Amino acid sequence: MTISRRRLGKLAAATGLALAAPAVWTTGRAQNRPIRIGASFSMTGPLSSTKAGLVGLQLWRDDVNAAGGLLGRQVELVTYDDQSTVAQIPSIYSKLVDIDKVDILVSPYGAVLSAPVMPFIKQRGRFMAGMFALAGNDGVKSDRYFHSAPWGPDAKVNWARGFFEVGKAAGCKRIAVLNADVEFAKVSAAGGKTAAKELGQEVVFEQSYPPNTSDFSAILRNLRGATPDAVFVCSYPPDSSALIRGLSEVGIGDSVKLFGGAMVGPQYAATLQALGSSLNGIVNFNLFVPEPTMVTPAVTSFLDRYTAIAVPEKLDALGYYIPPFYYVAGQLIAAAVTATGSTESAAMATWLHANPVKTLVGTATFNELGDWTERRVLMTQFQGIKGNDIEQFRQAGRQVILDPPALKSGELAQPFLKARGA
Amino acid sequence: MFLDQFVNAIGTGVMLGSIYAALALGLAVTFGLLHIPNIAHPAFVVAGAYVVAVGNSCGFDPLLVALVALVPFYVAGLGFYEFYARLFERRGAADTMNALTLFFGVSLVVETALLIKFGTNQQSVSVAYVGQSLTIGLLSLPYRLLVPALLAPVMILLLWLYLRFTHAGIAIRAVAHDERALSVSGIDPRWIKRHAFGIAAATAVVAGAALIIIGPVDPFGGRLMIGRTFAVVVLAGMGSLPGTIAAGILIGVSESMVSAFASPSWAPAVAFSILLATLALRPEGLFGAHR
Repeated sequence: MTISRRRLGKLAAATGLALAAPAVWTTGRAQNRPIRIGASFSMTGPLSSTKAGLVGLQLWRDDVNAAGGLLGRQVELVTYDDQSTVAQIPSIYSKLVDIDKVDILVSPYGAVLSAPVMPFIKQRGRFMAGMFALAGNDGVKSDRYFHSAPWGPDAKVNWARGFFEVGKAAGCKRIAVLNADVEFAKVSAAGGKTAAKELGQEVVFEQSYPPNTSDFSAILRNLRGATPDAVFVCSYPPDSSALIRGLSEVGIGDSVKLFGGAMVGPQYAATLQALGSSLNGIVNFNLFVPEPTMVTPAVTSFLDRYTAIAVPEKLDALGYYIPPFYYVAGQLIAAAVTATGSTESAAMATWLHANPVKTLVGTATFNELGDWTERRVLMTQFQGIKGNDIEQFRQAGRQVILDPPALKSGELAQPFLKARGA
Repeated sequence: MFLDQFVNAIGTGVMLGSIYAALALGLAVTFGLLHIPNIAHPAFVVAGAYVVAVGNSCGFDPLLVALVALVPFYVAGLGFYEFYARLFERRGAADTMNALTLFFGVSLVVETALLIKFGTNQQSVSVAYVGQSLTIGLLSLPYRLLVPALLAPVMILLLWLYLRFTHAGIAIRAVAHDERALSVSGIDPRWIKRHAFGIAAATAVVAGAALIIIGPVDPFGGRLMIGRTFAVVVLAGMGSLPGTIAAGILIGVSESMVSAFASPSWAPAVAFSILLATLALRPEGLFGAHR
């Protein structure tokens, strides 16, 4: 059988086309399909108050898509309910990667839920935006993990260092440490003790207690006996409320100049509203408060849009603590994708390690573990709170920033008992 | 210092124990008398707390709201028992595992319903006396604990009088001992059990008022109470109402003493240590009848 040159040419062209067609089709399709971002949210279960973060991520998605998307592609969120349960996390993230084929991952909320997914992203070499997992990457040390929250470097020791810095400036030398028997609180307490020692302060009282303790009178009496200058408290919302009530009921003694530090709860609208004026004088961490040194038109616009969604959906009415940082996670992703022109994990990570990103809450630069290179956890003092009206917490001067110095918006009101209005 | 701590540990322990008894009272009726392990009772308590929070947000006192809500909770209790009876008792399939499974599901439904209706935010009440204490010598009693603590003795006394001196109450006690004998005497045991279940559900709203006066409540708060409420009921002796308050106070004072003089971290282990020791020495519980 003989084949003419023309026929051979046609055959070769047809074969080439047949071989190239799937690749051409797939590439074209990939360039048109949305960029998929996968995450789990605690929509139900004890951590469900954190689902307000989804609104932050959705607002970022809407903004990006309204501006034409990333690399000309729309952004699509693929989310699942992890039911606040660690056991759900591995299967959710396997599904996101292997079945849903998402391009980029956002972590679950917090260190406990994030822990099971860390080895997975390291093994698969996936890029991940980390959500509120304090020192979440210190164990696995993935070079493709980036915190959206500004815990800062060596977060286990230093994230609440501002409390001790403020204490030192106020002349506090004797420190009491009180913590719940849960991971975040224990890590914070251990870090607090180290920070105190580094600043030349003496830890004179240490006490842990079971989570959800409703009565602290015995602990507060023992604590009073130790006559500390400052009390570093690492608590969760129910115990934070009970402790603050206990301050009014039992008292804390005249020696105390500073109380608070790492109390989870007084960041949320419901807790702020419930505790009202009993919060006065307490110095505690936050990540954003509406002080003149922090407020920008962008963040104001974000919070206005968030509030319009959150209030009807019965989410956190203020939204200072979690939602902005989900928006920040989106901004980190957008910056890396746009700069590298791809959703390739290694390229995105390399770019983020080398370049600063302007976000809703300030400029972020990252170290090798994906921590913000500069600690930007706020130590704020509640001042001038009257009654239980939630709207007062939207005003400047109610949560005065004492640390870091660059964002300082007021002075520490002291002594503590006077600051509390006692 | 020691005397101050000791006196206040006793005072706080008695208040906490009384509150534990209030939380466990409904379970003492359903589990202790009817032998239905209603694991959803703590979820009912949380639902009661939410009802009280809604009433309080309209300006009403939590205890007044709880009194008004007794009736709807009683009716809801009738419904839950009827649901349980139709599913299992009528088919002769009423056993502990089925009841546990069903009421575990009910508790999830209650939690989810609260989550959908009220969102994820913690609910709380505003009452003038929270943040203040009653001081008698060395003893300082926060009203935040004292007011809820007074509810348990009142509820238990009323329920005890009802069970002892009314026909329906005597029938409830009878159904706990011998359901068939009750049928022979012409009384429908299912009606009696339904009524008792309604009473147990009604106590949940009062316990809910106590709970939310102490501190904020979220839809999942009931899960934290399950162990302790069952411990109180079993320690008391199944079906013994005065025993419920005694067991609650025993656990409360023990926890408080451990918190004051040892470590608060050990306090949760106290309830179960006492329970284990009691069951080893007196399997029927502190005040349970030997059968």
